[in-house]
Amino acid sequence: MTEELSKKHTKLVRILVLVAISMFGFGYALVPIYDVLCQWKWIERDRPDDIKQVSEAAYKVDMDREITVEFLTTLNESTPMEFHPEVKQLKVHPGEYHTVNFYAENKANKVIVVRAIASFSPALTSSYFEKTQCFCFSEQTFQPKEIKTMPMRFVINPELPVSYKTITLSYTFFDNTEKSVNK
Amino acid sequence: MSAAVVEHDDHDDHHDDDHDHGPAKGLLRWIVTTNHKDIGTLYLLFALAMFFVGGSMAMVIRAELFEPGLQFVDPAFFNSMTTMHALVMVFGAVMPAFVGLANWQIPLMIGAADMALPRMNNMSFWMLVAGVLLLASTLFMEGGAPNGGWTLYPPLVLQPITVGKALPFAIFSVHLLGISSIMGAINIIATILNMRAPAMRLMDMPLFVWTWLITAFLLIAVMPVFAGAVTMLLTDKFFHTSFFNAAGGGDPVLYEHIFWFFGHPEVYIMILPTFGVASTIIPVFARKPLFGYASMVWATASIAFLSFIVWAHHMFTVGMPIAGELYFMYATMIIAVPTGVKVFNWTATMWKGAMTFETPMLFSIAFVVLFTMGGFTGLMMAIAPADFQYHDTYFIVAHFHYTLVPASIFILMAAGYFWLPKWTGHMYNEKIGQLHFWLSAISVNILFFPQHFLGLAGMPRRIPDYAIQFADWNMISSIGGFIFGASQLLFLYIVVDTIKGGTGEKVTAEVWEDAAKHGLEWTLPSPVPYHTWTTPPTTVPTEHVLDTH
Repeated sequence: MTEELSKKHTKLVRILVLVAISMFGFGYALVPIYDVLCQWKWIERDRPDDIKQVSEAAYKVDMDREITVEFLTTLNESTPMEFHPEVKQLKVHPGEYHTVNFYAENKANKVIVVRAIASFSPALTSSYFEKTQCFCFSEQTFQPKEIKTMPMRFVINPELPVSYKTITLSYTFFDNTEKSVNK
Repeated sequence: MSAAVVEHDDHDDHHDDDHDHGPAKGLLRWIVTTNHKDIGTLYLLFALAMFFVGGSMAMVIRAELFEPGLQFVDPAFFNSMTTMHALVMVFGAVMPAFVGLANWQIPLMIGAADMALPRMNNMSFWMLVAGVLLLASTLFMEGGAPNGGWTLYPPLVLQPITVGKALPFAIFSVHLLGISSIMGAINIIATILNMRAPAMRLMDMPLFVWTWLITAFLLIAVMPVFAGAVTMLLTDKFFHTSFFNAAGGGDPVLYEHIFWFFGHPEVYIMILPTFGVASTIIPVFARKPLFGYASMVWATASIAFLSFIVWAHHMFTVGMPIAGELYFMYATMIIAVPTGVKVFNWTATMWKGAMTFETPMLFSIAFVVLFTMGGFTGLMMAIAPADFQYHDTYFIVAHFHYTLVPASIFILMAAGYFWLPKWTGHMYNEKIGQLHFWLSAISVNILFFPQHFLGLAGMPRRIPDYAIQFADWNMISSIGGFIFGASQLLFLYIVVDTIKGGTGEKVTAEVWEDAAKHGLEWTLPSPVPYHTWTTPPTTVPTEHVLDTH
């Protein structure tokens, strides 16, 4: 191999290796890029962290319609807790404010850190379901055997398309104790 | 027609050149070799072996699905089989086979003495072997091989029930395979850009070389992203990060985006070299120059570019806003345009050609027809609202198998039949070749066509048991699968037989009538000497690029 050719190879290989390394970095850069795209609602409708607290707006209550709101609760990975809504079902008029209490109890003799992740069915209703107060925005720490009653106040935006009669709101408690402690 | 009457320097004339000796003796030759032909052979044989390993896993899957109910394997092992079948076939068989072809053919086709970086070439092959062995070792681990699907989606793949001990091994295996492919790609780019015969301009290059150049750039761009994604899985599982963990504020959907940012270009990594080989074989047997050379090059480049901006069509059901669904739907459909250009060009190449139907041509024609069918089902699934019905059913299984088996695999077979006589100097047995073709072409349709019906009827993929209304088509599909699997033993026989002497017929340098008009490699003697193009050719065949000059 001539020296000139070997120089050409070295130059090209350097560039290509650099491209490969920067693409590895780009993979990680996709994490914040994804967050931004999600905020702009380009590639995902709702994310767990996306459900932000809004201030109470005065809606005109639509007395002609009645929406059934159902509440589901789940504990992920058999977390030693009790977690359920105080009412399982509620009939509400769009524009009306309601508060629902969720009961949560730490049954273990240790501190548990959980985060509630919400999920809507049908998924398209999520943007009409506005929460003005919720336990789901942040991590919740439970002392051993601690009992909490956690309120969630919400309103259904009267612009909800008429085809929707029932909204199911499901909360899953994800146990994050290990990761929170090890942070 | 400058049919390259290239005076090839017979290697016997070069006793003074210390590079000009034959291969080293003994087994060590294959371990330390830096000769592009040896490494090409290693890649091809390894890929062939992995084709049978991955194929055996497919046989386990089809045997279990022969009837409803659980017969042979437990569900976890079944899921390991679907996962491992995919990983072995993609990373162990199809990709290495094309790298093997690149190693053998690119230097011969561009008039270079060897690959640009021969030692790195050796290293990327052995790293591939290490990666695949690491992956295979998970089969024998407590908890079994990974069984969360080859896409390794969290949270499933991180849950204790699916992980076993295998996950970190699978992830490190992906790292090794990734590094191996990236090194291979760098080598191919350096060879093509720096070592072409001076007479060969970029737009003179055979299409196989063009498609591999573009594929190599895809590899360098996306393999590191995949490596990043699996590294995030690893740190999520073992180092308390929360990239994909909802409890820690992460999002599993993020993984799907990163994975498919890699995954979509990856499927073109497996199909673009296929296009290149088809564009090489069809003109030879149609006895016409390739129709639309320049448009073929541009179509390949366009497909490669588009592959980066359509990834989310793999995840329409994930809950995208309508604008996203529409964008990814239309962007995906645009890919049909350059792909259509290619299919029409191949058809136009055959139009009014003096065609003969030797085995490589038969496989190539079957590729054009059956790949087009796979492309059409792809268009069906590009329709976002319809995709909700097809998603994760046997319809998608039928789709991607049509674009991989009677496309990539058929063309790899065609390439084997086409170039084996050149490499070995022996002719393969045409009768057995044709038998292999007809058995494969018929059985592959019995195998995969019914899966369209199963998918449309709602049979989900990756399940070991199914509702009885799916029984009949599954049984037919399995029968096709067994015939297809058994037929491939004929290919194994032919490869071994041809290497050992074949029909005994002495092949000419051209092997195929007037092949030297189509490519430089046919101006070399058969079998190809161990060292070739120690002095680059002074003229190159340009018949294949007639319309650009």
